[in-house]
Amino acid sequence: MDARLLDILIQSFPKILLPGIMVTIPLTVLAFAIGLVIAVVTALICFAEVPILKWIARFYIWVIRGTPLLVQLFVVFYGLPSVGILIEPFPCAVMVFAINEGAYAAETLRGTLEAVPHGQLEAGLCVGMSWWQIMRRIVLPQAFRTAFPALGNELISMVKDTSLAANITVTEMFMKTQRIVAVYYEPLALYIEVGIVYLLFSTVLSYFERYGEKRLATYGKR
Amino acid sequence: MAVLSVKDIKKTFNHENVVLDGIDLTVEKGDVVAILGPSGGGKTTLLRCINFLETADDGTIEFDNNIYSFKDITKKEIANIRKNTAFVFQNYNLFLNKTALENVTEGLIIARGMDKKEAISKGKKMLEKVGLLDRCDYYPNQLSGGQQQRVAIARALATDPEIIYFDEPTSALDPELTGEVLSVMRQLADEGMTMIVVTHELGFAKMCANHVMFMENGKVVESADSKEFFENPKSDRTKAFIKAISTK
Repeated sequence: MDARLLDILIQSFPKILLPGIMVTIPLTVLAFAIGLVIAVVTALICFAEVPILKWIARFYIWVIRGTPLLVQLFVVFYGLPSVGILIEPFPCAVMVFAINEGAYAAETLRGTLEAVPHGQLEAGLCVGMSWWQIMRRIVLPQAFRTAFPALGNELISMVKDTSLAANITVTEMFMKTQRIVAVYYEPLALYIEVGIVYLLFSTVLSYFERYGEKRLATYGKR
Repeated sequence: MAVLSVKDIKKTFNHENVVLDGIDLTVEKGDVVAILGPSGGGKTTLLRCINFLETADDGTIEFDNNIYSFKDITKKEIANIRKNTAFVFQNYNLFLNKTALENVTEGLIIARGMDKKEAISKGKKMLEKVGLLDRCDYYPNQLSGGQQQRVAIARALATDPEIIYFDEPTSALDPELTGEVLSVMRQLADEGMTMIVVTHELGFAKMCANHVMFMENGKVVESADSKEFFENPKSDRTKAFIKAISTK
C-alpha cells in the first residue's frame, strides 16, 4: 500500500467514525427503542386477539414485512411531500426504521408470548390479577427473556440497514464515505474501511448482547 | 350456611360434545367435597366453569348470598368472586419468573394492593405452613413437583379464600411426592378450610372429605356423605368404580 493511500485512510477514519457516532448510533438506538414500543403494543393486540385492532395489526405487519425498507423510505421522504407532508431527513429515517422494526419485532414477540405456558395466565386470574397486570408482571418479562437473542439479531441488522438512510440525504457513515470516495477516488479501500467500522459497531453490540444474555435472569434454569 | 351453590350448570363444547349436563352442587362452610369419576367425565370442566376459566352455557351460581346467572355475569362480578376463591391446578402453574415467596405475595401486593412488608410476612407464614420456608428464594424450576404444588397451595391460602378448588392436585406427581401434598391438604381440611377437590385419590376422599360426588358423562351418578358413599354406594356404576380403583 502506498503512502498516499494510507494517508487517505488514516485521515478519513475520524471523518467516517464521527457521523457513525453522531448519526448512525442515535438513529439505531432511537428507532429500535420506538420500534420495540410499537412491537409490544402490536404483539399484545395480536396475542389478545382484540377485535378490529388485530386486523389493523396484521395488515401493518403484512405491508411492512412485504415491502423493501428502501421503498418505505422513499415513499415517506420523497412521496409524502406531494400530499403536503414534509419531514426532515433524520426524523423521517427514525420513523421509517422504527415502523419497520416494529413489524418484525412484533412477530418475534408474538411468538415468544405464545410460548409462555398459558396456565400462568389462568393462575394469575385465579389470584385476582387483571389481564394487564398478568401481562406486565408475569408474561411479558418471560416473553422478553426468550426473545432477547432474536431481538439482538434485529438490532445488529438495523445498524447495517441505517446505511440506507443515505438515500434520503441523512449524512450518516455511508454517505460520508461516498463523499470521501468522490474526492479521492479510492472506492475499494474506502468502502472496505467503512465496512470495518460497521463491523466494529456490530461486534461491540454482539458483545453487549452476549453479556446481557448472561446477566439476564434465568429464573433458576441452567 | 352455603358458601357456594351451583344449580343446573351446563356446558357443551363445539355444539355437540355435552360435558356438563345439568349439575347441582352445594358446599357448606367447612365442607370438603371430593369429586370422583373417570377421566373425561366433566370433573375438571365443572371446577373451571365455577371459577369462570371456562364459560358455562347455562345455570346459576350463588356466592356470598348473591345469585348470578352464568350467562350474564359481568367481568367485574367474576373478578370479585375470584378474589374470594382460590384454585390449585394439576400442573401447579406457578409464575416461572417469580420466586416461591413472590408467587405467594404477587396476588396480595398486585391484585389486592397490600403493603409489601405485610405481604412478605404473610407469604412467609404461608410457606412455613406448607413446610417450605427454607425455599423462599427458589424459582419454580429449582423445586420438585411436590414442592411446587405446595407453593401453589401457599399461594392459594395467602389470599384468605372462602373456598379453595383443587383440580387433581396430585395427578402429576409420583406416589412419594403425592404424600407430601396430600398431608398439607389434610391439615387444611382439619383446620376447617372449605374445599372442593377433584381427585383420583380414594384414600384422601375417604379420610378427608365429608361429601363425595361421583360424576360420569357430565352427570352426577351419585352424591352422598363420604361414609355412606364408600360403605353403602347406591348405584352399580359407583360400586364398580370403587372396586376398580381400590384394587389398583
